[in-house]
Amino acid sequence: MNNPELVVTTSPHVRAEDTVSKIMWSVVIALLPAVFAAVYFFKARAISIVLAGVVGAVISEYVFQKVRDKKITIYDGSAVVTGMLLALTLPPSIPLWTVFIGAVVAIVLGKQVFGGIGHNPFNPALVGRAFLVAAYPVLMTDWSVDGVSGPTPLALMKSEGAATDTWRLFVGQIGGSLGETSALALLLGFAFLLYKGYVNWRIPLGMISTVFVLTYIFGENPTFHIFAGGLMIGALYMATDMVSSPTTKNGRWIFGIGAGAIVVIIRLWGGYPEGVLFSILLMNAAVPLINRYTKPRSLGEVK
Amino acid sequence: MKALTFKQGIHPNYNKDLSKDKPLKNALRPEEVIIPIQQHIGAPLNLLVKKGDQVELGQKIADSESFVCAPIHASVSGKVKDIRKVTDPGGNIVRAVVIESSSEEEKMNSGLEKHENLDNLDASEIKNIVREAGIVGMGGAMFPTHVKMAVPEDKNVEYVILNGAECEPYLTVDHRIMVERPKSIIFGLNALIKAVDAQKGIIGIEENKMEAIESMQDASADYDNIEIAALETKYPQGGEKMLIEAILGREVPVGGLPLDVGVVVNNTSTAAAVADAVREGKPLIERSITITGRGIESPTNLIYRIGTKLSDLVEQAGGLKENAAKVITGGPMMGQAQKSLDIPAVKGTSGILVLSADEVDDFDPSPCINCAKCVDACPMFLMPTTLVNYAKNEMVEELEDYQVLNCIECGSCSYVCPSKIPLVHYLRLGKAQVMAKKREEN
Repeated sequence: MNNPELVVTTSPHVRAEDTVSKIMWSVVIALLPAVFAAVYFFKARAISIVLAGVVGAVISEYVFQKVRDKKITIYDGSAVVTGMLLALTLPPSIPLWTVFIGAVVAIVLGKQVFGGIGHNPFNPALVGRAFLVAAYPVLMTDWSVDGVSGPTPLALMKSEGAATDTWRLFVGQIGGSLGETSALALLLGFAFLLYKGYVNWRIPLGMISTVFVLTYIFGENPTFHIFAGGLMIGALYMATDMVSSPTTKNGRWIFGIGAGAIVVIIRLWGGYPEGVLFSILLMNAAVPLINRYTKPRSLGEVK
Repeated sequence: MKALTFKQGIHPNYNKDLSKDKPLKNALRPEEVIIPIQQHIGAPLNLLVKKGDQVELGQKIADSESFVCAPIHASVSGKVKDIRKVTDPGGNIVRAVVIESSSEEEKMNSGLEKHENLDNLDASEIKNIVREAGIVGMGGAMFPTHVKMAVPEDKNVEYVILNGAECEPYLTVDHRIMVERPKSIIFGLNALIKAVDAQKGIIGIEENKMEAIESMQDASADYDNIEIAALETKYPQGGEKMLIEAILGREVPVGGLPLDVGVVVNNTSTAAAVADAVREGKPLIERSITITGRGIESPTNLIYRIGTKLSDLVEQAGGLKENAAKVITGGPMMGQAQKSLDIPAVKGTSGILVLSADEVDDFDPSPCINCAKCVDACPMFLMPTTLVNYAKNEMVEELEDYQVLNCIECGSCSYVCPSKIPLVHYLRLGKAQVMAKKREEN
């Protein structure tokens, strides 16, 4: 008596409720406070930049997959995350077509050429940003809003050695990219992801505390350095990108600490005022090696 | 007292409320039983009966001269109707003795003596009773218990740990036995302690079974050498390596046995079966089972004759509901999905779980996003996502280097995976690849 209706699969027969798209859409939700903060500081301009990023990312993913006759994955939320993250790293005065191009590069060169979600060695949003920094250096460092120029706190520090008030840095009343400004909004969203268990805390803790300790050692103002520039958004949302960060616990510490060290090196001695972008991309490249050398000791294993 | 536990692991929904308050009751004597003559890990058995023979309850029907085996006994009195090949719940095709149950009243005739207490028995006599009674690990592994009790000269056993964790969701049979038959478990534990010359017995029970913890504490109050350990409710707490880690803080070496760290682990149900064999001369001809799930009419706990068909048992739990979609023997984490209910329940069958249609997903896997939830869940500290890639590419050296053989196949990795990748399935494949290479080399 075979019962044709009975489903037969291998164990386990129950699964947790988490899915890739639940995780990605949760990241979208987590980024909303930062978007709201950007709208508060930069008005409608912020909305159009975020939309240009998201639309550029989603459309290019759709077209790429359609052309290559692959499964369309735009609904899993990962392209939306990439578009939002990229937009949040851009200056408020940037032309929308630039945002769009950056998003296309992020998705096509940062993600899809490697085989789509799960296969990209680098954080796609940062690949997009790196392209824009190289291709449009002037547009990428124009911090004027409504014709009024406002240099970023890090640029001020680099050129004039002037520090900005910490409280203004924390809430975001400063010049800078859309999502760099309010550490408070970024931390709110991160707390939500932590609560859901969708984000790793070792990487941001390692990265931010390394920046704090090293800038203190080298005689800088450490609180200024952790709240200024892209460190918060980079450490909380980009370095923690699951696909391009290590899978071992010790590996995540190394990744975070390494990225933090590179940030400090670039900020203090490099040509750019900010080093978060390159620090994460460089550590992304080291992930396979980090994973290999931080393989956990299996229970009962004698090394 | 703080509950003990191991590192990592998962917290699935336990769903034990469906059946945990249903007292054990005897299932109806089936009209026929189908008894596979291989219900253990080890050497195959020789048949002791032939078609047409009359057999009595408890009569040995298959045995072997080999050390690693467990004999099989008739679970009903009656006539051997047929000897044929059947599929067992593990999916193996095995020879089985089909016995037609007689309508007369049964009389146990196992040839085993009854011993009121352990005073007149020495270690080797206890082991012999356990062997003759055909007792195997009843948590599901079906490893012959007397083989576990055979301690080599150079090893010393300090602890006998009983597994009362019952960490598989849904299952409540060990819980019921601990609540209803605590004295039998303690008797069986003392027999095991005496047989392996251990100093102490510890019964590990998860905290979601307070009733069982209290029941076992009461029953063990008079024994200084027995302790009850409350364990955190976490899967796979009942894995023997996890139990030893939680209770004693010792790690079983890779490729080693609990014996290597001075421990023997048995299931609570197994201990109760040992007590029945010693005191009543009763071989392993029946066991308890939980029949549960949202696809079954009235979830329950039953004591059934080995070889009873799954369909007979399901019927006594009210039958399948309209929406029944998946029938699993064992629990949802490590149990096996069945195509047919026309197969016998065996010595290791601790549960029949029926999932309803809305609980059965098709789990269409998407690419791994390196979230490392599997790495963080693995109680053996393996890197499942990395091992999957090695298994897919038959990279045997890397599989070995990354300790794939240490995988206990608990399924925690597959459970947590947001991409719904059947990780543990690939890990089994990886283990098979390494084993195949080892056989080739020998």
